[in-house]
Amino acid sequence: MSEIDLTAHPKDSFLQPQLDYQALEPRALKSGFLTGLTWIAAVLAAIPLFSVIYMLLAQGGTRLFGADVVEVLTGLPPAGFEVGGGIGPAIVGTLVMVGIASAISVPLGILAAIYLGVLDATSKLATTARFLAKVLTGFPSILAGVFVYAVIVIHWGYSALAGGIALAVLMLPTVVLAAEEAMAQVPQKMKDAAYGMGCTQTEVIWKVVLPTGLPGILTGVMLAVAGAAGESAPLLFTALFSNYFISELAEPTASLSILIYNFSGMPFENQIELAWTASLVLVLIVLTFNILARLVGRPKV
Amino acid sequence: MSNLFRAADATSGISGPPSMAEYAADRIFRSIAIASAFIIILLVAYILWEIGQKAMPAVAEYGLGFITGTTWNVSKGEFSVLPEIWGTLYSSLLALLLGGVFGISIAIFLTQDFIHHRMATIFRTVVEMLAAIPSVVYGLWGIYVLIPLLKPLAGWLHDTLGWFPLFGTDLAGPGMAPAALVLAIMILPTVAAISVDAFRRIPYKVKEAAYGMGTTRWEAILKVMLPTASSGILAALVLGFGRALGETMALAMLIGNSNQISMSLFSPANTLASLLASNFPEAGQVEVQALMYAALVLLAITFLVNVAGLAIQQYTVRKFEGKK
Amino acid sequence: MNATAEALFVAEPFQAAGDVVIDCNVNKIFYGDFLAVRDSTVPIEKKKITGFIGPSGCGKSTVLRSLNRMNDLISVFRFEGSVMYHGQDIYAKKVDPVVVRRYIGMVFQQPNPFSMSIFDNVAFGLRLNRYKGNIEERVEKALKRAALWKEVKDKLKNSGLSLSGGQQQRLCIARAIATEPDVLLMDEPCSALDPIATRQVEELMLELKENYTVALVTHNMQQATRVADTTAFFSVDISQGGRTGYLVEMGPTRQIFEAPREKLTKEYISGEFS
Repeated sequence: MSEIDLTAHPKDSFLQPQLDYQALEPRALKSGFLTGLTWIAAVLAAIPLFSVIYMLLAQGGTRLFGADVVEVLTGLPPAGFEVGGGIGPAIVGTLVMVGIASAISVPLGILAAIYLGVLDATSKLATTARFLAKVLTGFPSILAGVFVYAVIVIHWGYSALAGGIALAVLMLPTVVLAAEEAMAQVPQKMKDAAYGMGCTQTEVIWKVVLPTGLPGILTGVMLAVAGAAGESAPLLFTALFSNYFISELAEPTASLSILIYNFSGMPFENQIELAWTASLVLVLIVLTFNILARLVGRPKV
Repeated sequence: MSNLFRAADATSGISGPPSMAEYAADRIFRSIAIASAFIIILLVAYILWEIGQKAMPAVAEYGLGFITGTTWNVSKGEFSVLPEIWGTLYSSLLALLLGGVFGISIAIFLTQDFIHHRMATIFRTVVEMLAAIPSVVYGLWGIYVLIPLLKPLAGWLHDTLGWFPLFGTDLAGPGMAPAALVLAIMILPTVAAISVDAFRRIPYKVKEAAYGMGTTRWEAILKVMLPTASSGILAALVLGFGRALGETMALAMLIGNSNQISMSLFSPANTLASLLASNFPEAGQVEVQALMYAALVLLAITFLVNVAGLAIQQYTVRKFEGKK
Repeated sequence: MNATAEALFVAEPFQAAGDVVIDCNVNKIFYGDFLAVRDSTVPIEKKKITGFIGPSGCGKSTVLRSLNRMNDLISVFRFEGSVMYHGQDIYAKKVDPVVVRRYIGMVFQQPNPFSMSIFDNVAFGLRLNRYKGNIEERVEKALKRAALWKEVKDKLKNSGLSLSGGQQQRLCIARAIATEPDVLLMDEPCSALDPIATRQVEELMLELKENYTVALVTHNMQQATRVADTTAFFSVDISQGGRTGYLVEMGPTRQIFEAPREKLTKEYISGEFS
């Protein structure tokens, strides 16, 4: 393309400007090159995901979708050269500990979010708490384990409860921030309408803010649950591991993620296959909560 | 008083003040909510205090030598974490380099009209699923897919370019390269999501102004959109870096847990988080104290990085909400 | 049932006296299935200000934005007809919209400076076109023309976003005229401004007309009478069940406001509907 002549104005000589595409012009080449790079980046980023999914199905699927599915889901982990076996205690352990973590973090998180999002969003306490919640989300998850180790495990030993509390520490900020965001989305005019009817603040929250913000809050909770289910670092030295089904909350407990970690390095085919199976089950659990998060969060039209 | 207002008379209508019980419920509920918000602050303070306090004996014992020394020997009672600090920073920087480039490219790809919005939703789902896969599963994938895949490449690079520090050793199994690659995959969604957010925050009128000046799409992206989103993208990189620093399981499984400092991409190394993960379960009392000190170091590094990232992010939000 | 009974109204074509820089012949403009504008022929005369007026939803902005293919940013936009610019149809397949926009500049309704310094905002187009001459001189000239120089000459390094709304809009005008485009499209440039800033921008437009061809969309009829040489009045047709804009009448501004030919025009300018 010819350069626009910026000096020749008024443009009496300006009769036939060149408007057409110039395919071989440097600018067009550069554009095409960059666009190509972006496409490659996007496609490359998708490769690990598909590779992981393929491996999960190919390696873990044979056991999970095979004839011995019941044994896999309910059996005890095999020892050394043993064949067969399953991941039953780990599945139960993961669910129990995520349950404990939710029971602690969800009510606490929503209550804190009510303060941050509705009661006094701009106070010193709220800004500080919000900032620290954000800091906490960036916290290395293993430090939650270290913390619970120092506070609980040193005194009372490894337990499902300790594992659950460690997970709760990680879930709490996610729940708080998501719930606050959801409640902030409730239009002021709806709240005003309730205040205008003479509602107390508590009544406004219970009758207007929470019901309206519920889908968003549930989304946040589900995502937090999904994240907690996949965590392993904080469980390593709080819940430890166990080869047996959990019978009380105060004893060491198995979890899917620790089972995968333990089995991944073993020199036995059977254990490695079970590690893949456990991974598949774990990913399915995590994805289920992710999908639930999307379904409940979808705005009703 | 006119008849019209008779109904509003306090005695005849159904309106009335809330009962004492309702007032009490309001008070109590609000107090509980305030207490819950307070618990977040207390929790963070308690975590800092608890880890700090448990680390104190080791801090007193080893002092700054803990950070500058290179041995971790339980039987001799010598503990120091320079190799772990090096490994943490090196692996995270490598991951940031890769994950950053890919994350930002994907953010551009998703926000700048390269693909139909339905396709964009599919790609966004892919990125979100990358984030949803547990760390330990990436570790397993790294051991059985990535490392076997990297070995021949690493061997070739070492053989032909062995004089170059990055390829100074061969990849025997676990090592820096597979660890950093998996780490890059894991922080990519963080970088992409926050960058997408930064691009989305740019008002439509800015894009209009750019195109109105006669920019091509890439001129608009490089000369207007990227500079405008720059602080948000910086926040994305810093927060992604923060995530990489604290990532544990995949690294514990892939980095080789070897106490050494090497520039080579293919030699085994260690990070603070994977040191904690692999040594904590079987540690005796003295080692636990040293590990608490290591946790404190990790805490300090990630805390600083995260606070910096959040500060940048908040500055970005304020910039577009008009406050300058 | 009677949609076909009556032929749709089409404005009498306006015969421009001078050179026509852009000859816009809208046949139909669609957003997806929605017919936004139909049958409007709007010639833009050289070194004149052509005003577009009409009630909201009449398509005046849509037509204006079709003149430099800004509407291409909307994926469902579809243009039927032709926009002849110096004898070339800018909607021809081989035409690069990016180049079109370099010759036909635009000032938008909302001030939209880039998040960069005042100087860089104005220099943006110069650098984009790889201008080899003295950039400082050009920037100063553009800012002087936009009547902003006195206010900003000591703070050219400050962010463009630090200016007031009126100043931002004049900055955007300076940015648009720095490259001396052939035609300047202005889409309600004063709607976000206070009366004083509006006066300044209007004076600026009258000055710009010395060198540039200007097309101006305005919701303010007084503004049209103050600055436009030619006025095109658009209206919106809801009789077909949609909301389709079309040209009702175009002519010299005086004639449109003092002796409108169409009844609709008369009603509109006398404020009988808005």
